Amino acid sequence: VCFVPGGLDCSISFVSHVLGKVCVHGRQKEILGVLVPRLTDLTKSDCIWQRICWRLVECVPDRWMEAVVLGFVQRAPGADVLSRLLGNLVVKNKKAQFVVTQKMLLLQYGHTTAVLQNLLGYLSLDSLRRTLLLRVLQELLETWSSSSALKHSPAEQQLYISKAILICLSHLKEPEIESCRQELLTSMMEGVKCHLDSSLPKLRHLGMVVAESISLKINTEGPVLKFEYEEDNETRELKSLLVQTPSFYFVPSLPDDDRSEKAGAALPLVPDGNEKSHTAAPVILDEESDAELDSDDDLIPYDMSQDKELKIKAPVYIRDCIEVLTGSRSEDLDKWEATVRALESLVRKNPAATREVSVELAKILLHLEEKTCIEGFVELRQRAQVAVLTTDPIPVAKYLTSQFYSLNYSLRQRMDILDVLVLAAQELSCPKFLGKTKHSGAQKPCIQLLPGSDSSKGWRKIVDERIKSKTRRFGVIQSHVELASHPNEFNSVAGYFFFPLIQHFDRPLTTFDLLGEDHLVLGKLVHTLAILMYLAVNTVAVTAMGKALLEFVWALRFHTDSYVRQGLLSCISSLLLSVPTEQILADMTEELLETQSWLGDVMEKDPDEDCRRLALQNLLLMENLKKKLEAVSS
Amino acid sequence: MAPPPPDPQFVLRGTSAAVHTLHFSCGGPEPDIPLLFSGSENGLVHVWNLKTHRVDTALDGHGRKSVYCVETMGGKDRLLSQGRDQRICLWDLAEGRTSVTDSVFTEHVGFCRCSLLKVAQGRWLMAMAARSLEEVQILELPSKMSVCTLKPEMGAKLGMPMCLKLWQLSCGSQPVLLAGYEDGSVVLWNVSMGKVLSKLVCHQEPVMSLDFDSEKAKGISGSSEKVLSIWSLNEQQNLQVYKTHELVNAGISDITIRPDKKILATAGWDHRIRIFGWKKLKPLAVLDYHTGTAHCVSFSDHSTPQERLLAAGSKDQRISVWSIYAHT
Repeated sequence: VCFVPGGLDCSISFVSHVLGKVCVHGRQKEILGVLVPRLTDLTKSDCIWQRICWRLVECVPDRWMEAVVLGFVQRAPGADVLSRLLGNLVVKNKKAQFVVTQKMLLLQYGHTTAVLQNLLGYLSLDSLRRTLLLRVLQELLETWSSSSALKHSPAEQQLYISKAILICLSHLKEPEIESCRQELLTSMMEGVKCHLDSSLPKLRHLGMVVAESISLKINTEGPVLKFEYEEDNETRELKSLLVQTPSFYFVPSLPDDDRSEKAGAALPLVPDGNEKSHTAAPVILDEESDAELDSDDDLIPYDMSQDKELKIKAPVYIRDCIEVLTGSRSEDLDKWEATVRALESLVRKNPAATREVSVELAKILLHLEEKTCIEGFVELRQRAQVAVLTTDPIPVAKYLTSQFYSLNYSLRQRMDILDVLVLAAQELSCPKFLGKTKHSGAQKPCIQLLPGSDSSKGWRKIVDERIKSKTRRFGVIQSHVELASHPNEFNSVAGYFFFPLIQHFDRPLTTFDLLGEDHLVLGKLVHTLAILMYLAVNTVAVTAMGKALLEFVWALRFHTDSYVRQGLLSCISSLLLSVPTEQILADMTEELLETQSWLGDVMEKDPDEDCRRLALQNLLLMENLKKKLEAVSS
Repeated sequence: MAPPPPDPQFVLRGTSAAVHTLHFSCGGPEPDIPLLFSGSENGLVHVWNLKTHRVDTALDGHGRKSVYCVETMGGKDRLLSQGRDQRICLWDLAEGRTSVTDSVFTEHVGFCRCSLLKVAQGRWLMAMAARSLEEVQILELPSKMSVCTLKPEMGAKLGMPMCLKLWQLSCGSQPVLLAGYEDGSVVLWNVSMGKVLSKLVCHQEPVMSLDFDSEKAKGISGSSEKVLSIWSLNEQQNLQVYKTHELVNAGISDITIRPDKKILATAGWDHRIRIFGWKKLKPLAVLDYHTGTAHCVSFSDHSTPQERLLAAGSKDQRISVWSIYAHT
């Protein structure tokens, strides 16, 4: 394509038409692939070519404008190039303005970071366009801080909006920040609140990073908002967006240098001339010291064989442990520490003694606070609780489940109860010698103190393996049995674990409202019920559990928290896997059909990706069931 | 066959509270009774008569707050005590009096013991931790005039001063201060100029106690970890680590070098007192008498060597007094 630099009155509207038509037919790549580099070169220093280019895009008819503008924004190698090519198109043309400021930022979210940089950089490069930049920032912030948007939009869109906000912030100058400081502050506060409320760690981190960045921009002196979270690639990438590279002659690569952000860092001091600082490096003095040996020989050492390491002995009896743990003698902290460490093994070695005091011990452990700083205190306490629960399941399960719904417990304690129930159920339902290895797969629910989507993924693997194993049931009869069979101890107690938990979920207490604010615990409860259901396979109570669970899921199926919905879908999976097929079809057909239609709905319309995937898996499981039924009946 | 460790010569009971600090005053001529001063957690300073092994007087000047440092100022008639009520009290004990003549309000809420140095007849320099977190103040006593304030530079992050020792090479020379800090470093300060001469990081944990031998220019420090660190001062006034010694159990509360510089004693958190030879830090004895953390050790200043004693105070409210290596 070669333009003749002709006379002054060249009309290029024909070319604009062609360009528009081609772009709208989807051939942006081909035509702009050639056009954009050529124009880039031509417009680099030549003013006339710049104006020609501007005329070119301005003359594209409105109905094709979107395709053209989109193409240009995506293909331009840098914000400055885009500025040269498009000029003030966004200001002059309403359609272009809509595409750039609304459509690409708020309605779409599939563009790369480089495209965002181009777009926002382009807006910032001209004073006429900067007003648009500010407007864009306001709208982005509005979306970011809206809790309903947060609930109903996918995580990817949230990430996209966060990136856009950070890039905008990086382009703003001081006076502009001054003028909208108040709005920035208000949006930040609201946005942070609803982001932190979310149950998904990814969204929380996004909220934290953006809030920190906003705070950094509006408070240049004075204390800056700082959250504690683990840095990962995503947060690092986001933070790097706040700094703009000065040179515009290549696609702005994201600089990894966030050192400039740390305004308050303590600089290493230049040591004074007189002082020197040494780290411990032993200097071996020379031979002269050996000459002084003699006088030391006068002193004859005493026998020091008794000088051994001090070991604090832990108590050997369970009742002694109880005494130490409840004792008010604050001096004996060494003994307290030793007791906490030794408790689990003592409980397991003395089951009879433990059964006598099991509920009391469970009560003490539930309320046990860290008196001294022991490493792994939380894990030690949890293991002790699991040991007590597995040694004497029925009374302790009764106690724990009743405490779950009692007043005046912290959320942490309630979630601990759920963790302990799950771990104990696992232990009871698995054969003893497989205990160690099988635990590792689903161990994540216990160590994870805050529920992430990881816990459902962790045991999802096991469920998937189960599905696989189920479909290959035909040639498995082995001549040698590797594992001796073991009575399933979970059988007799599954009901005691499960039903009390499901009973009171809709009755709010003054300090605890599962259906209201405490949806985090509700999510955890739902996941726990799913795991308990899964572990109850081959127990007598499984059908009754299945029915109750189905009713429970039906009641909650429209919950707004995506973590809860994921849990509900996991419940359905466990149900389909654990309850024997005949029972499902005998007792639960109508409910299952209703559930199937609900699952179809979720699969198509749910904003959360994990929910959609789980729904699909459930539908596949149901299909399998149907096929099996047909295979049997035919 | 090494002989078994000796038993204490006698044990002083009666403080009814954990003993945090001890100081002997036995150097007086014959009719004077040898005394041991002890400071306890109940705020009392007990004056023990070492002939009768009983308390002669109990001094109550710190409002029931723990006393963690006692020192005599030139004889047993003038006593200095430091307590957790943020005060340093100066007592007049001559002729049976028990009155507080003066006090200094330090505003220090930590546990750093002050250090005294006699610079001239009737004049002392006292180093004490001051109100501000990292500072050490030097006062002149009895005038209570501030000589200088030793402030580490910005960003040095030494933490609180944990233990202090003022000393001078010989009478009339410049006084210097050795200070052990919370970050495990020992710093040598020039008092008159208020500047740091040398800094040595010798521990990973806070320095709990230190002592220094000015003749050999060698010092020792103990901390809450298992390592004792011995360092030396070379001609350029620089501190260097000379040696380290690993202990069986972690935690040292107090270290003292005997005035004749032959042996030193450490009080440990494992209830044991350890005796080492000072020359090469040869372990000599482990005295295992106490049933609680040993908080302090002190050597007596008897003029006749055979009468020399070692006293140790502990959390178990007892003071054990030992006669060990008295004949060398």
